[in-house]
Amino acid sequence: MSTARAASIVLAKELRLELRTRELLSATLVFALIVIVMFSYAFDPTPAESRHYGPGLLWIAFLFAGSLMLHPSFAREQAGDTMDALRLAPISSFSILLGKMAANFIFLAIAELILVPIFAVLYDVRLMGVLGPLILVFALGTLGLVIAGTVFASISSHARMRELMLPLLLLPVLAPLLVAAVQATRALLADTPSLDPAWVTFLAAFDVIFMTASWLVCDFLLEE
Amino acid sequence: MAFVGDRPVISAPTSATSACTQPAVASSRSLAVSFDRIEKRFGALFALRGITFDIQPGEFVALLGPNGAGKTTLLRIAALLSTPTRGRVRFVAGSRSAGAQESGDGIPGESAKHMIGMVGHNPLLYDDLTAAENLRLFAQLYGLDDPAACAARGLESCGLADRANGIVRTFSRGMRQRLALARALLHGPSLLLLDEPGTGLDRQAAGWLSGTLERLRSQGCTMIMSTHARSESLDLATRAVLLGGGRVAEDTRGSDPQLLFQRLRSES
Repeated sequence: MSTARAASIVLAKELRLELRTRELLSATLVFALIVIVMFSYAFDPTPAESRHYGPGLLWIAFLFAGSLMLHPSFAREQAGDTMDALRLAPISSFSILLGKMAANFIFLAIAELILVPIFAVLYDVRLMGVLGPLILVFALGTLGLVIAGTVFASISSHARMRELMLPLLLLPVLAPLLVAAVQATRALLADTPSLDPAWVTFLAAFDVIFMTASWLVCDFLLEE
Repeated sequence: MAFVGDRPVISAPTSATSACTQPAVASSRSLAVSFDRIEKRFGALFALRGITFDIQPGEFVALLGPNGAGKTTLLRIAALLSTPTRGRVRFVAGSRSAGAQESGDGIPGESAKHMIGMVGHNPLLYDDLTAAENLRLFAQLYGLDDPAACAARGLESCGLADRANGIVRTFSRGMRQRLALARALLHGPSLLLLDEPGTGLDRQAAGWLSGTLERLRSQGCTMIMSTHARSESLDLATRAVLLGGGRVAEDTRGSDPQLLFQRLRSES
């Protein structure tokens, strides 16, 4: 069976489970929403301050939401040893990882789709003129967050105090991605918006490097 | 027999992916298993210390031993879920009548997964999916032709057809275990690995399990079952291997395993 076919079966399973339980999306969404609203009231930023600091707050909210969401994607496989059931099947380890990455990307993208308009209203930021480039930056940033996050979630799922381990492992690794995503978003929300090719290239390179690394080490990641 | 690194390869596999073969196993072909100086360490802890023995096609081997003897670890290595620290496991296609048949064409170990089924101590099922969804998912993952039909046949065989749309979380231990066995048999494995499958089952469910294992044995399926000395299914075993401290303490190969079972029962 091809990797893409196997990954699509795993993805469909993840979506079905989430539709039934609504564990990941609801918790993530509520948490990220609280972060954005609290920052809004705590700092009460002017439009200029929003354009400057808003992207940072937004990506920190995405990051927190992602780290909350990523841990259960592996933790819920442990309840019935279902990761063993997946690994017993004649499919590659990478296809399991890829299916989970795709599912996590969809979940985080849905959360962002709801959060970004609320952010725009609360922080008085105009998105309409830069929607296309903004979607590109969000997609690349979210992809990087999800690729690295899924890899580290699989590592931390074997550890004791795994809930604590994931953010400890993940946040330092994601620091460069966060900087690039914030800078690219800030350039798009500035008075004279522009898509900075350097940061976009950096985000794309981050995604490619981590995807390649996850392909190389996937067998070790999923073994006990 | 060929190897790719420490990964085992299998000779002349059956084509398990071509059709849903539930409930029968690939009866014309069985799988022989050979453990060759298997060692497994978890940090400083030795779980297995040089396990070496062969299992012939169609044999039903009871794996016995106290807690921590290494039974589950050995089964996980046989299921290709765990890589031995040293040594290797290899699979050879054959039949009960002709025995293991070496073949020149080696196939990478991952292909053996088409011929292996496993029932773990946990049922390896998604609690939040229905029984039918679980079986359909695994039928898809094994590349079976008609996943929905395979799932329906699996449910029929384990007597859960009327609970096809029931969420697994709501099932009793016995029902889960029946579904777990149906999942493990979906693709018609030639080697079935069972890790204490009777734990927590009531008398009726244990009887159903024994009946199913007896049928599989008559069809020539090779089975390795870790269990305890009082398990009802032990009567079906054609051989017993007693593990202790990560080593083979006793192997009844060529003799009646019932003597060992009786001795262990009297000791426990």
